[in-house]
Amino acid sequence: MSIAWYLAVSAIVFALGAVGVMTRRNPLVVLLCLELMLNGANLALIAFSRMWGNGDGQILAIVVMTVAACEVCIGLGMIVAIYRRRLPIDVDELRELQG
Amino acid sequence: MSAVLFFIAATGVITGAVGVVVLRNPFYSVLALVAHLVSLAVLFLLLRAEFVAAVQVVVYAGAVMVLYVFVVAYVGGEADSLGERLRGVGSAGSVGSGLRLAGAILSGALLVELLIALLGTGLEAVDGYGAGYSSGPEAYGTPAYIGKLLLTRFLLAFEVASFLLLIAAVGGVVLAGRRPS
Repeated sequence: MSIAWYLAVSAIVFALGAVGVMTRRNPLVVLLCLELMLNGANLALIAFSRMWGNGDGQILAIVVMTVAACEVCIGLGMIVAIYRRRLPIDVDELRELQG
Repeated sequence: MSAVLFFIAATGVITGAVGVVVLRNPFYSVLALVAHLVSLAVLFLLLRAEFVAAVQVVVYAGAVMVLYVFVVAYVGGEADSLGERLRGVGSAGSVGSGLRLAGAILSGALLVELLIALLGTGLEAVDGYGAGYSSGPEAYGTPAYIGKLLLTRFLLAFEVASFLLLIAAVGGVVLAGRRPS
């Protein structure tokens, strides 16, 4: 398949992740949809890397995976901290810091 | 053969992504994301990124998703309905659905824009099948190739990423740890 097909799939995955980030209220699911957006970007990076026959895009994809792992670590830590304080796990209800 | 595999994997990728967004129970969303990640690894293999596909399955679908499953099991799956109960039924319903529709429309506009930018590009190589490929122990995409790049040209990025992981691990412990009180 030509590279354009992979790019179309990556755009669709990115847009689906954006739908989830904007419409879901559970912060766990919002984090999952952020992962979807990062994966769409990764697929585009690797498709372009294949297009040029150059490994730089693959290295950047690995760095994106590292950043995603860090984001998951911090985000899940925040969700556990929110749950411990008996606050509602809902991004609409959490309006203020130090709440 | 590769076209058939591409369509099977792309269907899995998009179905998994739709499942993550649509399913009500966060636990099922996590499982849909695992299916999405495994299908995405197949696409990476088709693009001759063997090492990245292996990392995707081992690190993402293995380690990160286990972390998610633990937190979903700890926090509980019915967080969505809890939010509905706290908000009260009548007042926010219409506003919420209107905002939801606005979010979907915005994302549709984003998709159209991305497709125009990616497929309407002047790059002619987008319609090709990628650069030439030769097999061998240090060919494009193999662990030896990636390792050589990471430890020579991208050494700084490698070290910065490892330091970032250290900071995130310390931050996770500080955020989620019990406070002595």
